[in-house]
Amino acid sequence: MAINMDELKERVVASQEADAQFTHSIRVCMASGCLSSQSDLLKKELEAELKKRGLEKTCQIKGVGCFGPCANGPVIAVEPNGPMYQEVKVTDIPAIVEALDTKPVEKLVLPTDTPFFNRQVKIVLENSGKIDPESIEDYIAAGGFEGLVRALHEMTPQEVIDSLTKANLRGRGGGGYPTGLKWSTVAKAEGAHKYVICNGDEGDPGAFMDRSVMEADPFRVLEGMLIAGYAVGADYGYLYVRAEYPLAVKMLKAAIRQATKQGFLGKNICGTPFSFEVDIRLGAGAFVCGEETALIASIEGKRGQPRPRPPYPAESGLWGYPTLINNVETYANIAPIIRRGMEWFHDIGFHKNRGTKVFALSGKINNIGLIEVPMGITLREIIYDIGGGIPNGKAFKALQTGGPSGGCIPAEHLDTPISYESLSQLGSMMGSGGMIIMDETSCMVDVAKYFMEFCMDESCGKCVPCRVGTAHMYDLLSKICDGSATLDDLALLEQLCDVVKNTSLCGLGQSSPNPVLSTLRYFRDEYMAHIVEKRCPAGVCKMKHAVEA
Amino acid sequence: MATVKTFKINDEDVSGREDETILQIARENDIFIPTLCNMEGLSSVGSCRLCLVEVKGWTKLATACVTKIQEGMEVYTDSERLREYRRMIVELLFSEGNHICAVCVSNGRCELQDMAQILGMNHLVVPYRRPNLKIDASHERFINDQNRCILCTRCVRVCDEIEGAHTWDVMGRGIEATVITDLNEPWGASQSCTTCGKCVQVCPTGALFEKGKSVAEMSKKREFLPYLTSMRGNGKAK
Repeated sequence: MAINMDELKERVVASQEADAQFTHSIRVCMASGCLSSQSDLLKKELEAELKKRGLEKTCQIKGVGCFGPCANGPVIAVEPNGPMYQEVKVTDIPAIVEALDTKPVEKLVLPTDTPFFNRQVKIVLENSGKIDPESIEDYIAAGGFEGLVRALHEMTPQEVIDSLTKANLRGRGGGGYPTGLKWSTVAKAEGAHKYVICNGDEGDPGAFMDRSVMEADPFRVLEGMLIAGYAVGADYGYLYVRAEYPLAVKMLKAAIRQATKQGFLGKNICGTPFSFEVDIRLGAGAFVCGEETALIASIEGKRGQPRPRPPYPAESGLWGYPTLINNVETYANIAPIIRRGMEWFHDIGFHKNRGTKVFALSGKINNIGLIEVPMGITLREIIYDIGGGIPNGKAFKALQTGGPSGGCIPAEHLDTPISYESLSQLGSMMGSGGMIIMDETSCMVDVAKYFMEFCMDESCGKCVPCRVGTAHMYDLLSKICDGSATLDDLALLEQLCDVVKNTSLCGLGQSSPNPVLSTLRYFRDEYMAHIVEKRCPAGVCKMKHAVEA
Repeated sequence: MATVKTFKINDEDVSGREDETILQIARENDIFIPTLCNMEGLSSVGSCRLCLVEVKGWTKLATACVTKIQEGMEVYTDSERLREYRRMIVELLFSEGNHICAVCVSNGRCELQDMAQILGMNHLVVPYRRPNLKIDASHERFINDQNRCILCTRCVRVCDEIEGAHTWDVMGRGIEATVITDLNEPWGASQSCTTCGKCVQVCPTGALFEKGKSVAEMSKKREFLPYLTSMRGNGKAK
């Protein structure tokens, strides 16, 4: 099937006309968050209610991806220009249908004129909460595959790479490596085959950005991989998704099936010589498989362990062939850049940090959920404007970013504009986008202990410093938390941090001391209170030997 | 044909083929770099981290056993910082298992013990973990004492790469990781083990040893490896 730009545009119009037959459209969030509060049941009941009232020809019901305010789920939205409803129950449905043409149901309305909605800038999540992730027509109507068709028909692979370089897109998996540079390295590498891998093994505690993208807009991820395949000269792609994301896997499978049927995947895509196939591989619950060399080993059917780099996957990756490996969010940025142009993308963000970043807000914050913000926004704006501040009048204490490889940022640095560089300077990192907000009731030593336990459990056991060092560091932190540690133990902890950071084999080991180092940097007094005064300032840790008053 | 590269190790001019590693060239020039997981004739995994070296201009330390040489690179194999790290790594290994040299079959013939002496590690600052590990004496000729294992995976590699049996592998992760025979079945019940004993001979410690050996009696015979690998047509690691 030779799809060109004109035909694509025709299909957009056809799809819009089909939608125009309805006077109303009710969108129900079917992503994991809302699904856990039974939004699937809501959708069924809504359909039954409309049928009962004979409205099924005038009001359309659509299951969509995440709207963002996950803690307020299940969330539904009435279009056009209708209200957004939160915490909807099955018993509310008659009232909602009743109110389609009149005033909205007051008690359920989720105000959308708040900073949470209007301070966000959406690129990656532009279709999230708008289109049905299981419908390729919906995706095409929203401009989908325009980027691919343009790349295939109007651009050379080098032009595709150049536009990413000029747009200054950087890897959204955490490291911030320039995407254009990575692609051009793979494009230049020699190999009988080349592979494109999408890393969907999101495993940081408190992170659910990639899951939401895969659930809400799976075609966007595929389109990004397809453009990547064309640009670097690969003919096969692997989506590596953790098995804990069954809905994402279901959506991606459906997307691959439909895209293949419609000629966007397979042989001679859109009538060009370019052929590309995509397969899904499931992760078996190992955090370390998010590390690129371990992920590749896992796809090859081997034990998921990292190997020393170089050689980098760009040179020798999957089965020894040149391999491009990017994160879900990076691929989700590709199609809009090709479709709307690099200048448009370059205008968002600041300095060397262009575009947006998706963050998952969790912990002690009013608006728990998924947000997308331009690079350069300050941490304060995220927490107090978009996040709505700290609940119950408590004081903000620290922001944890970057997962177990990141660190804790204290209140005095909240005015820092977000960038890869600024967060590393603060001893944390951009990471994949998890943000855990902590208030005064959190003990920072306890937080460090939590992350160290995570690193210890998730260490693959291959190299000595990470395997044994994280276990010792966890024991020392436990000692500090129960009040039995001495200052010598603290000195040993710091020495181990240095050894593990500098001698571990992979990024997981090298960054495992970060939560300890960053809390020691900003909250050393809390460590001292535990060790010297045998007391936990936040009242979290239970001391073995309480001090006599 | 491979290109020859010239570079410096500890300010001395050296040269090697582009497909050779820093460790290979260092050994060729009698420059000592400590190793435990590495073994000539087997693939390199870079897991013990003892061979880390400094390279001028590199922000991270380089793993000498797997890092290919580059033209003009300046490698330093010894510094106070490296000595400190290496000592701590050996300490971590001692703290991880139950290494009681005085009662060990390999006492005086053990690579871990040697390494501790070379690196000047004479006591531990990290606490002993004293794990409760098993001993598998089900095999007719050999014993696997997990208390003395340092997870170098030489046994796994020699069994897979040289003998071709792949009886050994690693199970579990992190501090729980152990080497196992077949699907964690008793060694003596293994269907795949050919009883060749290569794993025992390459084991750096007293973890794998021959039955009937008492304290300090187990010396390992390694001569077969260079012989077998040269028979295979290439004398160097994969």
